[in-house]
Amino acid sequence: MTTSAMTDKLDSTETFGQPAFDRLLEKRIDPTWLTAKRKEAWETYQSIDWPNPRDENWMRSDIRGLRLSNFAPNIDESVEIPEGTPVRLLEGVDVSASVRSVNGMVVSESLDEALGAQGVIVGSLSRCARDHSALVERYLHSLISPKSDRFAALQAAMWSDGYFIYVPRNVRVEKPIHLHAAMADGQVDLSHTLIVLESGAEATVLFESSSPDLDAKGLHCGGIELIQHGNSHLRFVNLQDWGKGTWHFAHQRASVGRDAQLQWTVAAMGAKFAQVDQRVELVEPGARSQVNGVLFTQDRQHLVYNTLQHHKAPHCISDFLYKSVLQDRSRTVWRGMIKVSEGAQKTDGYQRNDNLMLSDSARADSIPGLEINADDVRCTHGSTSGRVDEELIFYAQSRGFTRSEAIRMIVTGFFQQIFDRITIQSVREALGAAIARQVRQYE
Amino acid sequence: MSHILRIENLHVSVNDKPILRGVNLVIKFGETHALMGPNGSGKSTLGLAIAGHPNYQITQGSIMLDDANLTQMQADERSRAGVFMAFQRPVAIPGVKTADFLRHAATNVRRPDRKEGQDLIPMREFRKELKAKMEQLKIDPDFARRYVNDGFSGGEMKRAEILTMAMLSPKFAILDETDSGLDADAVRLASASIAEIGRDKMGLLIITHHDKLLEHNPPQFTHVMLGGRIVETGGAELARELHDQGYDRIRKSYPDAEAANQQMIGKEEPLAV
Repeated sequence: MTTSAMTDKLDSTETFGQPAFDRLLEKRIDPTWLTAKRKEAWETYQSIDWPNPRDENWMRSDIRGLRLSNFAPNIDESVEIPEGTPVRLLEGVDVSASVRSVNGMVVSESLDEALGAQGVIVGSLSRCARDHSALVERYLHSLISPKSDRFAALQAAMWSDGYFIYVPRNVRVEKPIHLHAAMADGQVDLSHTLIVLESGAEATVLFESSSPDLDAKGLHCGGIELIQHGNSHLRFVNLQDWGKGTWHFAHQRASVGRDAQLQWTVAAMGAKFAQVDQRVELVEPGARSQVNGVLFTQDRQHLVYNTLQHHKAPHCISDFLYKSVLQDRSRTVWRGMIKVSEGAQKTDGYQRNDNLMLSDSARADSIPGLEINADDVRCTHGSTSGRVDEELIFYAQSRGFTRSEAIRMIVTGFFQQIFDRITIQSVREALGAAIARQVRQYE
Repeated sequence: MSHILRIENLHVSVNDKPILRGVNLVIKFGETHALMGPNGSGKSTLGLAIAGHPNYQITQGSIMLDDANLTQMQADERSRAGVFMAFQRPVAIPGVKTADFLRHAATNVRRPDRKEGQDLIPMREFRKELKAKMEQLKIDPDFARRYVNDGFSGGEMKRAEILTMAMLSPKFAILDETDSGLDADAVRLASASIAEIGRDKMGLLIITHHDKLLEHNPPQFTHVMLGGRIVETGGAELARELHDQGYDRIRKSYPDAEAANQQMIGKEEPLAV
């Protein structure tokens, strides 16, 4: 196996080696199909290299500081939720179900009885893999291939637990479902999220991850799979607010069926380094997806988002808007791709990325792209990057705003276009408050 | 109430180029002053220097509001001390609703000691006040929900500035060509609004080329600026003379200032807001 300067110190044959994997298999109570899947993924993990820095998706990533030997997968039973772990998306929200995990292990699950009676399933993915074995087997890792990269392989082999949500045909879950992943300082979260909406089903899912303190270290290597059958409606909110010492690797996929609608809001404020590969596949005619991305970085945070909106069927709409605000020496990379498969005529694809830099040392890379293999489509893309305008600051100051109040207001205004698209008021408010908190005092 | 804005021997540079070369001006609360002068003479520069634009460096002299030395203050502190400038071309702040902006501004100006994060004027109370002011100024109520100056027409921007002035009720207001770019009806409306809100209720420094604005707001004092200095001061009749006859007499009477003015307009345009 070859290694590169980026990853030559990454490996750990101890904490993430064969003995650790064997121990994990021994400890778990998985159905046979799952054990087989894990073994297969483990084979992949052992046979492929870490991402190559010459790979387009990784060339703007820097994971030289990552040492797997500093972390160990959590195979023990669950622990208490670490004190002080913030929960941001619950304010003023009445939920229908809730699942909480610590270090990638589910510690509590609840679901309104009436929904359970209608066949709705919400709970620990490990438990559901046993209790609803056929269902989970059908969908788990159906969108994310363990061969995507070595992090995906590791996660597919060693995922600890996670969340499973299943909404049967024509069932509407009115109140939001809340998922919370907490991770203690120095711990590991190898969780997986699997959400399946049958035809005509509707749900709103608020998923947040956080650490007990701002500087908490950690390793998250996770996956999210959203499967939507015909005419289903899903609003999925994903707030990543890990401590600023956390490594975050994630593959996130959605598959949207005929006339189904997905509104996916991504807010990323935490982590030291994040590499997210987000793909929305529009697989049947009439599918619609809207993605709203809010990135807010500071210190030396480095967030990389590779997004793909893949039109596999005709008459689908995809609309991606990512906005980042960067402070200090932080860096964001957004690489967006609209891919239109052959025959996907009447595609309407839109992608946009706007970046606002609050310091001279921040850097935002924005790389939009199109790959179109059909001739009757409309695809538009664009991006802007710039410093916060001093004339705006002066204008607000001349009306009594302090400099930092002015900047906070300009930042809030910058994100407003995205907030206007988010149809869940509590989420708008929670994100607005989180953003306002994070704007530094500027002199 | 008695307040005095006192400007003494003010020298201001932009990018190290001198623009104002010793301006002296005293405005008392309740007075209306007109500031006139050919393009490039330094009128807007004086306004921006008083308001505290960071690119306008005060190299000599002072601006005092009563006992407070404004020259030592940031723009927000000056605003809270009671100085206001209606800009010629106010900037847009996308995503920020006019009502929210004004509520925060009014809170800070009315409670100069307010710390960041402390409560704003209660929403209900503020809305009521804003609505009343907008009715008084004949402004479409829809204005409050629009983003600050975003996509506003020239006339709408000017009216938004007047509304802001009404909400902040400063001690001293500088109106920088608040009548420019407006049609006759709009100028009449703006002039009447300024008279209603400002006259006797603050000290006004009106920068203008028009006579309409001054018809509604007859100045006790008219100052003529040329080459970065106030070269002549008179009453309302001086404003009329300049409006009717232009600046030829002034240019001839003050050749040094005229030479400085020519030199200044030969250089790059100063930054305008």
